[in-house]
Amino acid sequence: MSKFQKKRGKATPAISTASLPDIIFMLLFFFMVVTVLRDSTLKVDVNVPQATELTKLEKKSLVNYIYIGKPVEKYQATYGTKPRIQLDDKFADLADIPLFLEKHRSTIAESQQTSINSSLRVDGKVTMGIVTDVKTQLRKSNQLKVNYSAKPRQE
Amino acid sequence: MARKSSRDRLSNEINAGSMADIAFLLLIFFLVTTTIDVDKGVLVRLPPWSEDDPETEKLNKRNVYSVLVNANNELLVRGEPADIKQLRENAKEFIANPNNREDMAESPQKAIISLRNDRGTEYGTYLEVYNELKAAYTELRNAESQRRFQKDFAFLSRDNRKQIIQAIPLILSEAEPTDFGEEK
Repeated sequence: MSKFQKKRGKATPAISTASLPDIIFMLLFFFMVVTVLRDSTLKVDVNVPQATELTKLEKKSLVNYIYIGKPVEKYQATYGTKPRIQLDDKFADLADIPLFLEKHRSTIAESQQTSINSSLRVDGKVTMGIVTDVKTQLRKSNQLKVNYSAKPRQE
Repeated sequence: MARKSSRDRLSNEINAGSMADIAFLLLIFFLVTTTIDVDKGVLVRLPPWSEDDPETEKLNKRNVYSVLVNANNELLVRGEPADIKQLRENAKEFIANPNNREDMAESPQKAIISLRNDRGTEYGTYLEVYNELKAAYTELRNAESQRRFQKDFAFLSRDNRKQIIQAIPLILSEAEPTDFGEEK
């Protein structure tokens, strides 16, 4: 009996916080790995329309992003207010699209090349003319899987 | 002698208590700056490009559900002005044809949706129309898979899914857009 009572007499030691930084670092690394930094800064205004029949794009490395919209205010002096195409970080013309697609395609293993998707992020206010032209370019480059980017519709 | 005592102090442990704070700061920075961007959208398969004119195929008029969208974002469905809100139900009735009407599709396999827009049509309207048509097919497929397998289409096995797709194939042809409206 006396053995057990001995323990109570001891002062409780402070909990060691030495491993706290390690735990936080672990969290930090987790977030650093799972989150993707926004890869391109938008030079065009894109406010995608809403839809209900949505499909998720799975593999980000297999996706081309094509933005279409009005240039943002900063660039309107040089590029006007007509809708423009943006590839990567630059404004582009229709003629630049095949090369852009080919560049992306060459970075991907041959076995996966058939599952490349193109994500069209188009502003809802843009007229179909430019979108049709982009679609024609995609078809000419044999890049037939297209995902019209949209937001889920709130009912 | 004074020097020696300062050297003694150096051998003391560095206080690691603020490490956690530094790590927290970094953690919060990454939490704020990164966006978990879920990219969702309407998946479409474009037809392959060919230089020659497409073959013209004579289709029975009753099997074609034509949707025209003009530059003012107005709809013309099978020759009559229509409202986008009714498009889904209307298309569903056309494809399934539950009352076996003479002027609607003979069977879902034969139904063809023909979509044509103008170069001046707003992209938002175009996508809305496309979405409604796709939704009509999704609802029909869901109903069919409920009837056959008592499950939603999305939860079916690959073989069963194939059967449903064969029963209700999505045939949507997009014609070259017209060029009447003004492009903005």
